[in-house]
Amino acid sequence: QKRRLCWSQRSFKVMAYYGLTTPPYELDALEPYMSKKTLEVHWGKHHREYVEGLNKHLANSPILYGYTLEELVKATYNNGNPLPEFNNAAQVWNHDFFWESMQPDGGKMPWGGLLEQIEKDFGSYNKFRDEFVESAISIFGSGWVWLVLKPEEKKLSILRTSNAVCPIVWRDIPIISLDMWEHAYYLDYKDNREKYANTFMNHLVSWHAATARIVRAQAFVNLGEPKVPVA
Amino acid sequence: MALRTLASKKTLFLSPGFPLRRCVAADPVLLKTRGLVTFSLPDLPYDYGELEPAISGEIMKLQHQKHHQTYISNYNKALEQLDEAMSKGDASKVVGLQGAIKFNGGGHVNHSIFWKNLAPTSKGGGEPPHAALGWAIDTDFGSLETLVKKINAEGAALQGSGWVWLALDKEMKKLRVETTANQDPLVTKGLHLIPLLGIDVWEHAYYLQYKNVKPDYLNNIWKVINWKYASEIYAKEIA
Repeated sequence: QKRRLCWSQRSFKVMAYYGLTTPPYELDALEPYMSKKTLEVHWGKHHREYVEGLNKHLANSPILYGYTLEELVKATYNNGNPLPEFNNAAQVWNHDFFWESMQPDGGKMPWGGLLEQIEKDFGSYNKFRDEFVESAISIFGSGWVWLVLKPEEKKLSILRTSNAVCPIVWRDIPIISLDMWEHAYYLDYKDNREKYANTFMNHLVSWHAATARIVRAQAFVNLGEPKVPVA
Repeated sequence: MALRTLASKKTLFLSPGFPLRRCVAADPVLLKTRGLVTFSLPDLPYDYGELEPAISGEIMKLQHQKHHQTYISNYNKALEQLDEAMSKGDASKVVGLQGAIKFNGGGHVNHSIFWKNLAPTSKGGGEPPHAALGWAIDTDFGSLETLVKKINAEGAALQGSGWVWLALDKEMKKLRVETTANQDPLVTKGLHLIPLLGIDVWEHAYYLQYKNVKPDYLNNIWKVINWKYASEIYAKEIA
């Protein structure tokens, strides 16, 4: 009888846990446009703290077990009334996405279908670029600027979000992002946000990653005109 | 260095019988002479390096010459646009400008208070409050240490950018700790709240020196907090 009591009193604690993903390049690979020092603090301290904070929260919330990070962000956003876990979850997701939006020897121009879509939705690549930079420098406070594909309108669009909010909570499909929190650029550019945003567009943004993302997005959004065969 | 806030007020000059509305809407020069008050950067009552080692000279210089100056320039621009929109009766433009006014105007208001909240240790920075404010702190928070702990906790917990305040609630005649987001001034939390102390917890206020360790910045800033100014404001408002 004692043994049965032991079994029923043993509880197996199921805990959700997320690891810190590394950027897809060495921490000094984005020099001189984003210094190794910035990556060391931004990824090694800020991003890591968000991950550790998230895991601490999740240790106390067993019902949030079994989600992918993206699902967790949408669930904790709670349709605009975010739960306490949202801030950490969203910032982990945001930073994962941001590192992958950049590459060594990046910038220059998009090509192929992505360029066509940009030209269709913004008029020209330069108009898009100017609008992106303008959006970035006109954020009030901490936030992010995004190029997203809006599934209902089937259009590319530029969005600004505050603090930790990201467009996946509105079911938009993000293509690239730029972190406009001061910690992202202050060590390298001090208060010169315009220089930071321009450098991102000229030398850092990964159009490879953006192309892969919009290709994947086409599984959910039909961007072209349907080709109706002539009888 | 004397602290002086320069507000330039240009007076209106019109010849008699000249229709006001038509000329103002058409002529940009006359627009400026309508009595629009613009702002300029106040001087600091101490050198940039005098608050070291609590706050580095580099941070003070950037905050003053770049950040605060930008808020002032953009605030003046927004005020001019507001003036024009108001004189044209463009209601939606007037409302649309409120965001820029709250942000840039708030940035100017908040930083102007911040410079007065700080003082080098040689000029009284860090000296704890006495008299009326000291007693009020003991009454409302138990002790100065408890208040400092509370302000540091709220400052550290603030997500994104913002300010943490020691406020006097004029109606209840009590002290309160409040936080505001971005550059929202304290009045956005209540018109009856008077700012005694404000601590900037935007990343630009500490990043170059403390990197991501905001709690270290908050612990160290108390060494240069100018309680004399806070006491003066408190005594004036409570009288």
